[in-house]
Amino acid sequence: MVCSGAAIVTIVLAVCVGAISVPATDVLHSIAWHLKVPYMSKTVGTNDIIIWQLRLPRVILAFVVGSMLASAGATYQGTFRNPLADPYLLGVSAGAGLGATFAIVSGAHVSHALIPVASFVGAMGAVALTYTLGRSGISGRVSGSLVLAGVAVANLLTAIQTLVQQQHNDKIREVYSWVLGTLNTSGWNDVRMVVPYIALSTFMLYRYRRVLDVFSVGDEEATTLGLPVERVRAIVIIAATLGTAAAVSVTGLIGFVGIIVPHALRLLVGNSYRVLIPLSIVGGGIFLVCADLIARTALAPTEIPIGIVTALIGAPFFLYILGSRRTGAEK
Amino acid sequence: MIKKSLAVATALLGLLSLTTAATPTQAATASSFPVVVSNYGASMTFSKAPTRIISLSPTATEILFAINAGSKVVAVDNQSNYPASAPKTALSGYTPNIESILSYNPDLVVVSYDPGDLVASLRNAGVKVVLQDAANSLNDSYAQIAQLGAITGRRTSASAVVGNMKKRISSALASIPNRSSNLTFYHELDDTYYSVTSSTFIGQLYSMAGLTNIADKADGAEWGYPQLSSEYIVAKNPSLIFLADTGCCGQSKATVKSRPGFGQLAAVKRNHIYVLNDDVASRWGPRTASLIEAIAWAIKNFLRTNH
Repeated sequence: MVCSGAAIVTIVLAVCVGAISVPATDVLHSIAWHLKVPYMSKTVGTNDIIIWQLRLPRVILAFVVGSMLASAGATYQGTFRNPLADPYLLGVSAGAGLGATFAIVSGAHVSHALIPVASFVGAMGAVALTYTLGRSGISGRVSGSLVLAGVAVANLLTAIQTLVQQQHNDKIREVYSWVLGTLNTSGWNDVRMVVPYIALSTFMLYRYRRVLDVFSVGDEEATTLGLPVERVRAIVIIAATLGTAAAVSVTGLIGFVGIIVPHALRLLVGNSYRVLIPLSIVGGGIFLVCADLIARTALAPTEIPIGIVTALIGAPFFLYILGSRRTGAEK
Repeated sequence: MIKKSLAVATALLGLLSLTTAATPTQAATASSFPVVVSNYGASMTFSKAPTRIISLSPTATEILFAINAGSKVVAVDNQSNYPASAPKTALSGYTPNIESILSYNPDLVVVSYDPGDLVASLRNAGVKVVLQDAANSLNDSYAQIAQLGAITGRRTSASAVVGNMKKRISSALASIPNRSSNLTFYHELDDTYYSVTSSTFIGQLYSMAGLTNIADKADGAEWGYPQLSSEYIVAKNPSLIFLADTGCCGQSKATVKSRPGFGQLAAVKRNHIYVLNDDVASRWGPRTASLIEAIAWAIKNFLRTNH
């Protein structure tokens, strides 16, 4: 309850601030009219376009993508019992990057609309490859060999991407601007495109949150506790991958969210995934909305790539929490 | 660095125009050699015109062919797509391979960019290298054309090319009717809304045509190439939109129309989106004159149809 309240407050506040200053009353009026709140007069003009067609979809997209990346990150950390796991661990980013690069360099005018599709297919393909290779690893050590397979697949695909990119260096700038991630061009279409996947993914991760606590005792112990480890791991990996791939395909690669948000929350509320997953969903959304707010207002009306903001803000913020937590423990 | 190269270029231009003025009818003959060229701290003496030139710069390729030195060009990089007769190879100006370059046995390499000590490595191998980086002004362009003209023994052709550019540019600018109102524009570099300010080479061309650039007030980092917020573009509602991203990024009038919030822009509703050739709009060679003509045409078209 408190959480969804905080999320809504963050979204409303973020919509009130932007590169172009629009009075808060106009902001609320515009949103209310479009949501068909009764007795509202029709809103028109530039401010209405800015709020309804540009700013609100962008803020909502930032929220859902942040939710997805943070909850997928938390899930991966639990599934692999690896604190450094992030949503890109099994090759999602490298696969998406390769797919997007192919779409960008293929150059045909139609191909541009294909970038999200190509990166989605690339991301899912990369994780499928990782999973196939990793599962055939030493029995009982599946999570370890999955991580190794992920590293190998990611490196391989990144190398191919770099090669393709070097062959088409007239397209380098476009590839980079995709890699750094952007929410500047997003609209309702992007929201409509990713929300079904992200809703399904986060719902699945939420449902399986208790299982992640069981994973923390180790694969063998979890099996003796009656958990079908292999099947459950496959389900949560598929769920996390589906949503992450959808998110990456419309916003490009946004780093740090999947590591920093779950760990910051862990330091605040402890290690239980039962609490951590729902909090990551809300916290990741709030974090990315705030990071995007900085990206679009700090140098307004110039944009800063969102990936740079998440790293610049996220890393010191995380160190601060880590530090204050330690001093707290010493007292 | 930029100021210095500008100063060098301007000085060089002055020197060359003096030389041509002294011998106005002289054709390109051996007597104009030796030519001494000072380029980024290196001084090179050309005792005769190079006969095996490699261009790793699309702009330099365009210049060399425009001044009739194309027959001496043995290889150009993979981005040099104009003119079509240029001997395009797999050589890259961004990730150059020294051995591949040397395998053409060049006596002059022209580059616009010096990645990984390319220039020093080639000079160590005994090859003359001229670095002509992105022009900051039309005078830089003219100076680069004149420099290649002097080196290749094509001074007359080079000054004819520069003279022709100047003539076309001034007549294009003169053809724009006087008007009282301010015309604003947005020049798009890619589909994430990177743009140019008036401090850049391309931005200056629009200023010369008397247009007001919406990106000028948005360049917090003063880098010249800000990424504009979509909200800002919509709020500024530019009268004209110029697309320099149809080749790189598959943009068109239709894709601009379909973007969130862009459908209501005056330029979109009244069909004042002008498609530029990406290559011409990102180079600084002789075709720059056609870019200014395109801008002038767009303004005249706007004034004619927008009452």
